[in-house]
Amino acid sequence: MTLLSIRNLTLHIGDANILRDIDLGVEAGEILGIIGESGSGKSMTALAIMGLVPEGFSSGGQILLDGEDLLKKSEAELCGIRGDAIGMVFQEPMTALNPTKTIGDQVAETVMVHRRTGRRAANRIARETLDRVGLTEPQFPLGKFPHELSGGQRQRVVIAMAIALRPRLLIADEPTTALDVTTQAQILALLKRLVDEDGMGLILITHDLAVVAGIADRIAIMRLGEIVETGPTVGLFRNLQHPYSQMLFKASSHQPARNPPAVTGSVPVLAVDGVVRDYPLPRRSLFGAKRQFRAVDGVSLSIARGENVGLVGESGCGKSTLARAILSLEPVQAGSIALDGEPLQGSAGASFAARRKLSVVFQDPYGSFNPRHTVERLVAEPFFLLGLGAPQGAERRRRIDRALTEVGLVPADADKYVHEFSGGQRQRIAIARALIIEPSLIVLDEAVSALDVSIRAQILDLLAELSDRLQLSYLFISHDLHVVRTITDRVLVMQAGKIVEAGDTATIFANPQHPYTRQLLAATPNLEMALAAREAALPPVDPFLNPAAKQNLPSPLRGGPGRG
Amino acid sequence: MHKNIFVHCFPASTPADRNAPTHQAHGTVEPIATLELRGSLPHTPVPPFPLAARASTLHNRSAMPAYILSRAVSLCLSLVAASLVVFVLLEIVPGDPAALMLGLNATPEAAGALRELLGLNGPVHERYLNWVFGMLRGDFGISYAYKVPVSELFADRIWVSIPLAIYALTLSTLIAFPVGIIAASRRNSATDVAIMGTTQLGVAVPNFWFAMLLVLLFAVTLRWFSAGGFPGWDQGLFVGMKALTLPAIALALPQASILARVMRSALLDTLDEDYIRSARAKGLTRRQALWRHALRNALIPVLTIIGLQFSFLLAGAIIIENVFFLPGLGNLIFKAIAARDLIVVKSGVMILVVAVILVTFLVDVAYAIVDPRLRTSTR
Amino acid sequence: MTDLATAPLRRDSLLRAALGSRNFVVGAVITLGILLLAVVSFIWTPFPFSAQDIPNKFKPPLTGSHLLGTDYLGRDMLSMIMVGARTSISVALLAVGIGALIGTPLGLWAAARRGTLLDEIIMRANDLVFAFPALLIAILITALYGPGAVNAIIAIGIFNVPVFARLARGAALSLWTREFILAARVAGKGAARISAEHILPNILNTLVVQITIQFALGILAEAALAYVGLGAQPPMTSWGKMLADSQTMVALAPHVAIVPGLTIVVTVLGVNLLGDGLRDILDPRLRRSRR
Repeated sequence: MTLLSIRNLTLHIGDANILRDIDLGVEAGEILGIIGESGSGKSMTALAIMGLVPEGFSSGGQILLDGEDLLKKSEAELCGIRGDAIGMVFQEPMTALNPTKTIGDQVAETVMVHRRTGRRAANRIARETLDRVGLTEPQFPLGKFPHELSGGQRQRVVIAMAIALRPRLLIADEPTTALDVTTQAQILALLKRLVDEDGMGLILITHDLAVVAGIADRIAIMRLGEIVETGPTVGLFRNLQHPYSQMLFKASSHQPARNPPAVTGSVPVLAVDGVVRDYPLPRRSLFGAKRQFRAVDGVSLSIARGENVGLVGESGCGKSTLARAILSLEPVQAGSIALDGEPLQGSAGASFAARRKLSVVFQDPYGSFNPRHTVERLVAEPFFLLGLGAPQGAERRRRIDRALTEVGLVPADADKYVHEFSGGQRQRIAIARALIIEPSLIVLDEAVSALDVSIRAQILDLLAELSDRLQLSYLFISHDLHVVRTITDRVLVMQAGKIVEAGDTATIFANPQHPYTRQLLAATPNLEMALAAREAALPPVDPFLNPAAKQNLPSPLRGGPGRG
Repeated sequence: MHKNIFVHCFPASTPADRNAPTHQAHGTVEPIATLELRGSLPHTPVPPFPLAARASTLHNRSAMPAYILSRAVSLCLSLVAASLVVFVLLEIVPGDPAALMLGLNATPEAAGALRELLGLNGPVHERYLNWVFGMLRGDFGISYAYKVPVSELFADRIWVSIPLAIYALTLSTLIAFPVGIIAASRRNSATDVAIMGTTQLGVAVPNFWFAMLLVLLFAVTLRWFSAGGFPGWDQGLFVGMKALTLPAIALALPQASILARVMRSALLDTLDEDYIRSARAKGLTRRQALWRHALRNALIPVLTIIGLQFSFLLAGAIIIENVFFLPGLGNLIFKAIAARDLIVVKSGVMILVVAVILVTFLVDVAYAIVDPRLRTSTR
Repeated sequence: MTDLATAPLRRDSLLRAALGSRNFVVGAVITLGILLLAVVSFIWTPFPFSAQDIPNKFKPPLTGSHLLGTDYLGRDMLSMIMVGARTSISVALLAVGIGALIGTPLGLWAAARRGTLLDEIIMRANDLVFAFPALLIAILITALYGPGAVNAIIAIGIFNVPVFARLARGAALSLWTREFILAARVAGKGAARISAEHILPNILNTLVVQITIQFALGILAEAALAYVGLGAQPPMTSWGKMLADSQTMVALAPHVAIVPGLTIVVTVLGVNLLGDGLRDILDPRLRRSRR
C-alpha cells in the first residue's frame, strides 16, 4: 500500500484557494521532491499533511497515511501521529530550537511525548539519535544549548527531533535553504542516508531544481496551488510537458547574453590594496585583554572598466564586510581603497567625490526602501552625493525617468510607493537607484539571492545588458556559485578573510586549484550534472560529491564547531 | 498613584537589550525580542550575521560568574550615581540647606548653628563621603525635627513598607500569572475577551482610590478589617499580615492587571516562534507546547516588568500608607517634607532608591537563570 | 523583515480603518468629551467651582441643580470636575510633551551612535532615572521648591524621558540594520539626516501610541501627586485633590469619592482605548497581508 496518498486536496481561506486538487503519493523508502516558487503552496501542502495549517483555513479531499485519512482525525489523534509516524524539518534552523532547553531535552521530548518511557530511556534514545545525525560525544553532549551550535549543527538537531522515533514519513521544508553549500550537501546526504536506513518516505520541498534532481526519486512541480507536472525525476526533467516547468528549467540554468565592451584606460575602476578590517571582541572577563577578530585579512583586488567580478565564499568568510568597507559603511584598519584612482577612505573619512562613482544593490527587495517615500524620492536619494551639483526641477525628473526606463519600468512609476511593486520590480527600482548617479562601479550584494528563479533570470539579463551598454563594472557578491558563473568575467574566492583563489570565471570553474574552491564547486548542486550522473546509473547516493572533493569536506564528526 | 502602568508600555529592558551588539562580531547572543504591550515596537532582529559564527568560536567560555560580576559592578556604579544625584539635588543645588530647613524667618545665627550641627561646613566631597560612609555604617545623621538618629526613625518603619511591597508583589504575581496564561491559551475566546476587558479597567483605576473603596466596603460596611493603622509585628504575624492585607490588595490588583496583560502578550509573542511550531511537529498539544516551551521564554520580558513593578510598588506603598494610616517610610517622608527635615528626606529617598537598584540586580541574576545564552556568552 | 509600515495610508482608508475600530471610536469619544469639559470650564461652569454653600453640603448626585451633587463645603461637584479636568489634562499633556521632546531625540541620538560611549552614557542615565519612580522625583522637587502643579509636571516629565528614549532607541536600532538605511548611508547621508528623514517617520506610529499611553499615565500620576498634596495647590482644584478632600468623608457621603474617582477611571480608560485603537489602525503588522 502507498505510504502517503493525497487525493484532491484543497485548501482555502475565505474565497481564496490556496491549494487546488492536489494529488500526490509517496512510497516507503521513496523521496518525493516538491518544487515551486514562492506562493506555489508547497509549504502549505506540508503543513496540511501535518495538520498544522493556521487557523481559519478549511480543507477538502483526502490525505491517506497507510490508508487512514488524516483530515478525519481529531486534534488529539493528530498529536499522536505527529512526531511518531510523521516527522517534519523546517527551513530556519537558527530559530527552530527552543533557546532555553538543551538539545538532549528537545530530542528526548519527542520520545517522552509518544512513549511511556522514563527520562533515562528517552535520553538514551536521544543520544543514539544525535549520534545517527552525526552529533557524537564528547563534542556534542546532551547538555549543549542551541546557541552553542552552528546552523548546520542545529539543523542536525532538528532532524534528530524529527526522526527519533523512526517515523514512516519525513517532511523536509526547504531544509538546506538557510545553509551554506557544503553544509547543504552534508545535510542532503544525511537525509538520504536516513531514508535508506529506515526505509521511510521523504518529502523534500525546495525552490531549487538542482537540489532535488540529485536525490529525489520522483518530482512534483507546483504553481499557484496546483501541481502542474509530476513524474520520476530523470524522465520528468528530460521531457518537460508544461510550459511553466519548461520555463522554470530554462530559468534555472539561464545564461545571460554578454557582450562586454573593449576595456579602455589603464586606471582600474576599483583598486583595493591590503585592506584589513578588525572587530573588537567582547572581553573574556572584566579585566581580560582586548581581543580582536580579523574579518578581512589583507585583501587586494582590482576591477577594470566594464568588468564583472564575482566574490564568492560561505557565510562568515568576510565577503560582506569587504563590501561594506568598499562602500565606506565600515572603517578599515589598514590598506587603501581607490575608485578611478581617487582614494575612498582617507584619514578624513570617505571622500564624496570618489563615492559618486559607486553604487550598491542589496539583497532584500522588501527592506531596501523606505516605505514612506515615493519611488521618485527613493531613486533620487543618491543625488545627495552630488551636493549643490545635483540636478533640479525638470532635469532631475528627466534623470529619474531615464533611470526607470533603463531598468524596464515606466516614468509613471515614479509617483508610486514601493508596496505597489513585486519583488522583482523592486529589485529593478534598486538598480535604477544605483544607476541614477551614473556610477563606474555597482556593488551587487547578493542582489538576486532573494528572487525566484524565473525573476532572477530576468534581473540577470538586465544587469548584463546594462553592464555592456553603459560600461559598468560590477562587484557581484554571492554565495551562489551558479549565479556567479553566469554573469561574471572574473571570480574571487574568499575564505576566512582572505582571497584564496582568483582568476577567469571559466578557468576557475573548469579547473579549480585551491582545495577550498574545489570543495565549494563540488558541493554546489548542478542540475545538468546531477541528471547526467543519474542517467549514467551511478549509484544515486550522493551525486553532488565527487570522490576527490569528498575527502576535503569538513565533517561535523571531525571538524570543530564550525559551520558543519 | 502614578499607577505604575507605565511598566506595561515601554519596551522592557533586558540584559541583551542593554548589551545590544555594537557590531556584528558580537557573538551568538541574539537579542531578546523586546516586549511591548501596546507600543507597536518593531521587533529588533539582528540578522544572523555570518561573522558571528566564526567569531563565536573564539570566545565561547562559560561565563556565568563573569555575567554576575559584570551586573554587580553595574549595581555598584548605579548606587554611586544615584547617591550623587540625591546628594547634589538636596545639598548643593538649592543653596543653604540650613536656611531652607529653618524657613523664611531664619536668622543667620540660627542657620550657622544648624549648619554646624549638620556638619555642612566642610568641603563638598568630604560631606558626600561622610554621608555615604555614614549610611554604610547605618548612621544616617540626626533628624532635625525629631532630634533623634534618623536610623532609629527608619528602623521601625521599614518593616512596614518593605513587607507591604513584597506582599503586594506576591499577590500581583500570583494573580497575574494564571490569568495571563489562561487568556493567552484561549486567545480570542470569551474568557480572553473578559479578562482583557477587566484588566483594561484595572489598569485605569488609581490604587489609592481603589484603596478608599476597599475601606468603604470591607472596613466600614462589612467590618472584616480595620480601616487603618498597624498594630506592629509584636502582635503576631497574622495580626500584622491582616493589617497589611487591604493595602496589599489595593496595591496589587492594578499591578496584577498590568502584569497579566504583559504575561499574555509575551506568551502570544513566544507562541508565534518557530520553535513552538517545531514542538507541535513533535506531537505536543497546543497546551503542552505552551507550558513546556513558551512559558519559560515568555518569562524573560515578564521578569523585567516584575522588577520594575517592585520599585513602583515601593513608591505606591508610600501613597497607600496615607490611606490606611500605616506608620511606614512614606508617612515619615511626608511628615519630614512638611517639617523641612531634609536629612530624613534625603536618606529616606536614598533607601528607596537602593531597594529599587537591588531589585534590578536580582532581576538580572534571574535572567541568567532563565536564559542559558547569558550564562555561556561573555558579558 | 516585513514589519515596517508598507506605505503611508491614504486619508480615506485611514478614516475607514479608524471608524472600523471600536476601541478607537469609543476612546476618541471619551477623550474628546473630557477635553470638551475642560475647554468649556473656561467660559462656563454650572456654579463657580469654589463657591461654598455649607447648608447644601453632601447633596447626592441628581439633586436639584447639582448634577453630580455637592462636597463637604457644598461646592458643586460637576463644576469642580470640569475645572479639575483642566489641571489633569494640562499636567499630563505637558509631562508627556517634556518626555517625548527630550526622550525621543536622546534615543535617536543613542541609536545613531550605537555601541559608543555616548550610547552607553545615555542609556545608563536612563536606567538611573528609572531608579527614581516619579513619586520620588516629585518628593525631591517638592522638598526643595514646595508643592505645585509645575513641580508635578516636571516630576512626571522627567520620568517620561527614559520611556521615550528607550522606545525610540529600540525602534531606531532595528531600523539602522535595514538595507534602506544602508542605501542612504551609501548615498552619503549623515546620521542626523538619516535619523530625521528615515528613522523618525518610521517610528512615528510607535511614538504616537506611546504618547497616548503616557498621557493616560500622566493623568493617574497627577491624581496621585495631588492626593498626597504634592500637586495643584488651592485655590486650583484637581481630581486627585478632590479625592484627598473626600477621604475622611467617604463613609458619610460615598459620592464625594466615587465621582472624581470614576472620572479618573473613565478618562484613563478612554485614553487607553484610544491608544489601543491607534495601534490597531497604525500597526503595520496587521496590514502585512497587503504583500
